[in-house]
Amino acid sequence: MKKQIIIFSGIFLILLFVLGGYIYKNQQAKKIGFLAQEHVEIFLRPHSPTLGSDKAKVYLVEFMDPACETCKSFHPFVKKLLAENPDKIKLVLRYAPFHDGADYFVKILEAAKKQDKYWETLEVMYQSQHYWASHHNPQPELIWLFLPGAALDLEKLKNDMNDPAIERIITQDLADAKALNVTKTPGFFVNGKPLVTFGDTELRQLLEAEIAAQYPR
Amino acid sequence: MTSPDTTAKANWSLLFLCWLLASMSTLGSLFFSEIMQFAPCILCWYQRIFLFPLVFIFTTGLFSGDKSVTRYALPLAVAGWLVALYHNLLYAGIIPESIQPCSRGVSCTEDYISLFGFLTIPMLSLLSFSTILALLLILNRRFSR
Repeated sequence: MKKQIIIFSGIFLILLFVLGGYIYKNQQAKKIGFLAQEHVEIFLRPHSPTLGSDKAKVYLVEFMDPACETCKSFHPFVKKLLAENPDKIKLVLRYAPFHDGADYFVKILEAAKKQDKYWETLEVMYQSQHYWASHHNPQPELIWLFLPGAALDLEKLKNDMNDPAIERIITQDLADAKALNVTKTPGFFVNGKPLVTFGDTELRQLLEAEIAAQYPR
Repeated sequence: MTSPDTTAKANWSLLFLCWLLASMSTLGSLFFSEIMQFAPCILCWYQRIFLFPLVFIFTTGLFSGDKSVTRYALPLAVAGWLVALYHNLLYAGIIPESIQPCSRGVSCTEDYISLFGFLTIPMLSLLSFSTILALLLILNRRFSR
């Protein structure tokens, strides 16, 4: 009898946990979906770098950190998804520089944007990431060895990095990340719908569902 | 005096209550971190270290009927209660921020939720540890009698 009480209580508590989690996640998804309709700007600010056609109806918003390994390993996959669906997806990059010192790299990216070398610089940054972003011994200055690979005017870049406007962009993006409950990078949203369970298959499914909804056959 | 049988039953129920509290607190804390995605701060981690094993110690105690369960559970409950007390003092601002051990990562005074205006996560932890500790002390006295 006593044993049954424990076992039943245990199962009951675990079921309660699972059910609570399910309800909570559903509610969050609904809330963010609602946010997406009411406040589009929280996903897409005028300063946000974008990739893809202006005619695209599916917006893939990625909250990223240049020093985040998963963002790096996901980047080729994201670009592949874009290439597979030409003119249908627009990638929007938002900053969530959670790693210590990652602001520095956001500043480099934003300064490179002024030279129209944003995406080239991002490539270079991701490819050299393991040199400068080692967790036990980060050496941010090493990035300068690799930046010439993006054919940048380095003197101009150094000047532009100090633009206070970049500071404001980071603050705004971090505030939006907080409002959208992005606590890990990369954080993906497809037309405002969050990627609830992280994974490449899950991201592909979410994108394909939205493409099917926006481009009915 | 009550009969030995009813005493044993009451003791078992007290221990069951401890188990229930520990289990609910464990699942609650996992709910905050895994489902609601609140990152636990360092002090929360120490409290979890003392809380999670209690579930297993109480489960074993309930199944085996071993009276020394209180002796194994008490040190954990006391340690957890002390950390929870410290955390609450920090949270309330009674201990100044400058001597808090977690300046990096998640701040221990970060305000995540407050139910009914006063039930914060550290407060929930303190309430849970206090109740478990009180129940264990009562049980300990009853067992040693």
